[in-house]
Order: sequence, then C-alpha cells, then structure tokens
Amino acid sequence: MSDTLIPLLIVVPILAAVTPLVAGLWYENAGWPIAAVTATVLFGLAAWVARRVFVGGRIVHELGGFSRPIGIELVADELSALLVLLNAAVVLGVLAFARTAGPRGNAFYSGYLLLAGGVMGVALTGDVFNLFVFLEVTSLTTYALVASDRSGASAYASLKYLIVGTVGASLYLIGVGYAFLATGTLNMIDLRQQLAAVGYTDPLVQAGFGFIVAGFFIKMAVFPVHVWQPDAYQRAPDTVTTYISALVSTGAAYALIRVTYGVFTVEFLRVNEAFTTAMLVVAGTSIVAGSTLAVVQTDLKRVFAYSSVAQFGMIAAAVAIGNRTALLGAMVHLVGHGLLKGGLFLGTGLLRQTHGVRTVDDLAGLAREAPYTAGGVSVLGLALVGVPPSVGFVGKWYMALGAVEAGAWGIAAVIFLSTLLSLLYVGRIVEQLYFGEDSHDAEATTQAPAPTPDASGQQPASDGGVRAPTGDASIAEMASRSVPRAGLAVLVLAVLTAVALGFAGVAFADVLDPVLGRFFA
Amino acid sequence: MIEILATRHAYATFTVLLCIGLYMMIANKNLVKKIIGLNLFQTAIFLLFIASAYVEGGQIPIVHKGKVGHETFVSPLPQVLVLTAIVVGVSLTAVGLALCIRIHEEYGTLRTDALREAMREEDVLPGEESATEPAVVTDGGNVAGNVTDVGDGSTVAGDDAGDNSTVAHDGGESR
Repeated sequence: MSDTLIPLLIVVPILAAVTPLVAGLWYENAGWPIAAVTATVLFGLAAWVARRVFVGGRIVHELGGFSRPIGIELVADELSALLVLLNAAVVLGVLAFARTAGPRGNAFYSGYLLLAGGVMGVALTGDVFNLFVFLEVTSLTTYALVASDRSGASAYASLKYLIVGTVGASLYLIGVGYAFLATGTLNMIDLRQQLAAVGYTDPLVQAGFGFIVAGFFIKMAVFPVHVWQPDAYQRAPDTVTTYISALVSTGAAYALIRVTYGVFTVEFLRVNEAFTTAMLVVAGTSIVAGSTLAVVQTDLKRVFAYSSVAQFGMIAAAVAIGNRTALLGAMVHLVGHGLLKGGLFLGTGLLRQTHGVRTVDDLAGLAREAPYTAGGVSVLGLALVGVPPSVGFVGKWYMALGAVEAGAWGIAAVIFLSTLLSLLYVGRIVEQLYFGEDSHDAEATTQAPAPTPDASGQQPASDGGVRAPTGDASIAEMASRSVPRAGLAVLVLAVLTAVALGFAGVAFADVLDPVLGRFFA
Repeated sequence: MIEILATRHAYATFTVLLCIGLYMMIANKNLVKKIIGLNLFQTAIFLLFIASAYVEGGQIPIVHKGKVGHETFVSPLPQVLVLTAIVVGVSLTAVGLALCIRIHEEYGTLRTDALREAMREEDVLPGEESATEPAVVTDGGNVAGNVTDVGDGSTVAGDDAGDNSTVAHDGGESR
C-alpha cells in the first residue's frame, strides 16, 4: 500500500500549485497558507516514505499499472529518499523565510510548489525520458522564480539561465535519444541491461553518455558552463536564491549520479577511460576555478554561487572516480551541500533583510547586532569548508578518501586546495562578522539603549540611529529590523542538522550501502 | 560522403540544424533571435527522434481484434516523446518571450551589448542613491581603513566605488 504514496509526493505539490492561482481570484493572500499546508503534508509524506525505504528497502510503483519496459516506474531507493527528505525539509524551511522576505503574490507560491513537485519527480522517476520532463518542470519554474521580483536585471539573468539551461537539457535529451536508438527502451533498469548487451564500446552508447554528461554538467553549473549561475543567484530574490541553491543544481547532480551508475554503470566508466579522464579534468578545473573566483568576489551571493561551482565540481569528480567511497562522499555532499548552501543563503538573506547586507564588507561587526544569525552563518560557513563535526566534513572526507584509494592524487590535491581556498572566503566572512571595524557602533550606542540579547536572538538593530537620524523614526525602524523569528528558527535548525549529521558518517554509509551495492554489483 | 548524404539526409539535417541553432544562440546579439536559435536547436532533436522512428512500409501500431497480421508496425514511442518535448519547448519559448517583454519594458532594447551597458549604469545609480542614505553604506570606511566619518555618506560611497567597482548597489529593485 505504501507504494501509492510515492506518486502522491509528486502529485500533491503539482496539484496544489494550481490552487494559489485559483484562490487568488477571491483572496489576495491565499498563496502562503496553501503553500504552508502543502509543504507540511509533503514533509509528512516524505518522512513516511523515507522511513519505509530505510527500513524495508526499495519501493517501486508502476504508474497506471503498466509493467516495466512499457510503463513508467517511480522508484524510491535510499538515495532518492535522502533527496526527497532534503527537498521536503527545504520546501518547508524556506517557506518560513518567504513569509517575511517575499516576494509576495499567489503566482510566486504556485511556482514554488511546482518546483517542489519537479524536484520530487527528478528524485523518484525510474525512466530516463520522464527524468528529462521533470528536469524541465524544475528548470522552467526556476526561470520564472528567478525573475519573480519583476526587475529587469533579474529577467535578464533568468533569460540567460533559460537559454543555457535549455541547451543543457537538450543535450541530455540527445543523449537519451542515442541510448534509445541503441536499445529501444527508456526504463532505467531495462536500459541498464540492454546497454550492457549492446556493449559499452558501441559509438552510439558512448556518444549518448557524452551528451548526457555534458547536459548535466551545464545544469549543475560546472566551471566552463557555469556562467548562468552567479547571475541567477545574485539577481533572484533572497527567498528564491535560498530555495534554488538548495534544490535545483542538487537535482541535476542527483540525476548525474543516477544515470551514470544506475543506467550506464561503473563498468562503462571502467571500459571508457577517456570519459572518466575528461570528466576528472573538467571537474578538477571547476573545483579550482570555482574556489578561486569565490575568493575574489565581493557580493555575498556571488561568493556562495562560485562556491557552489566548486562543490558541484567536487561531486562530479567523485562520480568520475568511480569507487564506492568516493560515490558515498558524493551522495553525502549532495545532501550536505544543499543543506549548507540553503542555510547560508538563508542567513545572509536574513541579514540583508534587516541590515541591508549586500557585500562581504557590509557584514562588519554584525555579530554584535545579530549574534544568533551571525553565529549560524559562521557555523554553516565553517561546515562548508569542511571543519568537523559537520556534514560538509563527512562528504569531503569520503570524497578525498575515495580519490586517494583510486590513486587519483590530482583530485585529492585539488580537494585539499579547494578547502584552503574556501577557508579563505569563509574566513573573510567570519572575520568581518566578528572582528570587522564596526564604524557606526560608537554613534549607535549614544542614541540607542545598550543592546541586550534576548533568548531568541531578536536583538533590535543598534545602528538604527545612523540609518535614520531622527529619534522617532529610528525606534520604528529598529522594530522592523529585528531578525524575523521564523527565519531564525529555520537557520538554527539548519545549523543543528548540519552539525548533527557530522556525527552521522557511519550512519550515512549504512543507509546508502544498499544503493552502493546495486551500483557496484 | 555523398552516399551518407543520400541515405542519411535526415541525420545530416539534424546535425546542421543543431549547429545553426547553437551558433545563433552564441553569436546573435538579439535576445529574441537567441530564442529562435534555441527553437532550432530543439527542433533538430525532434527530427532525430522522428527520423529514427521511420520504418520502411511500417504501419500504425493498432491491431484490430481477431486480425493478427504479419505486417511491420512502427513503434509509437518516439512520436510520443517528441510530442512531450514539443510541449516542453513551447512552454520554454513562452517563458523566454515573456522575459524578453519584461526586459524590453525595462531597458527598451533586446540587444545584449546595449543591455549590458544599461545594466552597468543601473548598478551605479542605486549606489549613488544609497549615498544619500548613509547607513546603508557602512563598509567603505573599513575598506579604506581611515574614513571614520560615517555620517558623510558621499565620502564613503566615493571610497567604495574607488575600492571596488564591482560592488552591486541594485538593492532598490530586488524586492
């Protein structure tokens, strides 16, 4: 019976996505409550499915009752369950932030829920063409969401993303077409057997894999084809940046792992060493270039955007290395990066909302004014560097270990170098937060009462006096500039999860063991 | 070579269309033409699927009751896939054109070089606005290390621009 819950994970958000628009005809602010209810239901469903999967193993649902080679399957295994959980958690968490940060409007929440449904579909589908459709559902809504603040700059960033992203998806489709020509099937499990029968050195199969990987690299924003990502992240509203940074590229990277190992198998990688070498070179370049570019950025969102380029390069490298340890690292880092990056964008989004923070230098001395938010951002940042105990450390550790096991010393060195570079850009942020010269502090204390941190970190911004020199206005402004409780609670939860998962390295290995067993069978 | 062109002209067309589409997307400065290039690119892929599904003398795969023949049937799957892909392509074009309309409303042009110019200016303008609202620009002093008079926004903003011209001050628009 539990297998009927799997299609619900996709159907519920997609159907619910229609309701804000319909309800919007009568109620102006119907979007948020509907999204909140849906997200809660979705989280419950995701938790239930994940529990069933972790306890009882893989669940397969045949859509419409058509069996394997003909029909489309939805498959929930341990890896997809992890992604489903991440997706549901992010949907729920970002919603709390969206209430105060906007953008408002029912159409926004329609897109929001549609994106959730799309990522769920990517995580659960067992059919390569269906995967294309869900990737495009995800991407289309992302383009709309990036432009949802109605400014020209964000529309331009979104259009850039649309063109590059569609080329990526189309390349994937060509790859699927080649695989289909070679085998005549689209189901992942069937395709896996058929491809093995056709032979991994068949030019059609090789070309298909090449196109598929190229397409996913574009969607993941790996270095030479990352150009869409920093602009899209920077121009998008804070809520949207938080949302898509945690989910969209993650979905593409998940699809890369799924198709590479679930369809083409590790044997294909072993036979076609030229492909793995090329992937390693591109991924290695991406790691170095992404980290370096992140260091030289001044805009906070761009720092984290380029950091994502490096992190996804790492995941791509681990996929190309092709041993159990590295792939486990890639899977952990996939989930970990989603959590960390989402949390970081949330934290900086909160600070931007309350203190107008835009660049790294704007953060100067904010630890005194918003200690809890600043603390959260710092911890998440250090987790991204890979300081133990954190989920970032676990992922990087396994990936580096896998690289060493495979004798890929270049990749191990590059991961180490990237860690140093990430320490540089995260260090800059932490330094500004805690030791940055707080030039308005002295003035502020004369006008505002001495700040006393309360339990929830709802400390009023003490530089209100500087921003609005007249007394009355400053009080009104201070009230509106305290960090929103809901967003802060989500940030704290993200921090706690990131740290708690840092102790769960062995648990990850246990949970993902069946998947790895199937991939390396 | 001629042999291939004569027998595999559909695949040759696929390659040519793909390249033309890609070239248009990269080389053309007009955003709408980029979208047209994107459409060409996708159409090429549709052609690949459809051409591959062609079976000489094949029939529609509908088997009538009690009449099991030995005819060759055509797999309907590629056609269905292309139908789905066309739907995806149409929605993408719609979103793309909607974005173009927004961009044209805002900047009055669809050429990428002119847009980049306009956006560079836009990035500076809100920065100047923030100079009249001193508290927003609090970082300049720290960067320069010696500017302590934060109240004097123009000094700080000037420093800021001098230190780093890439600092984006476009926040006015973002919400």
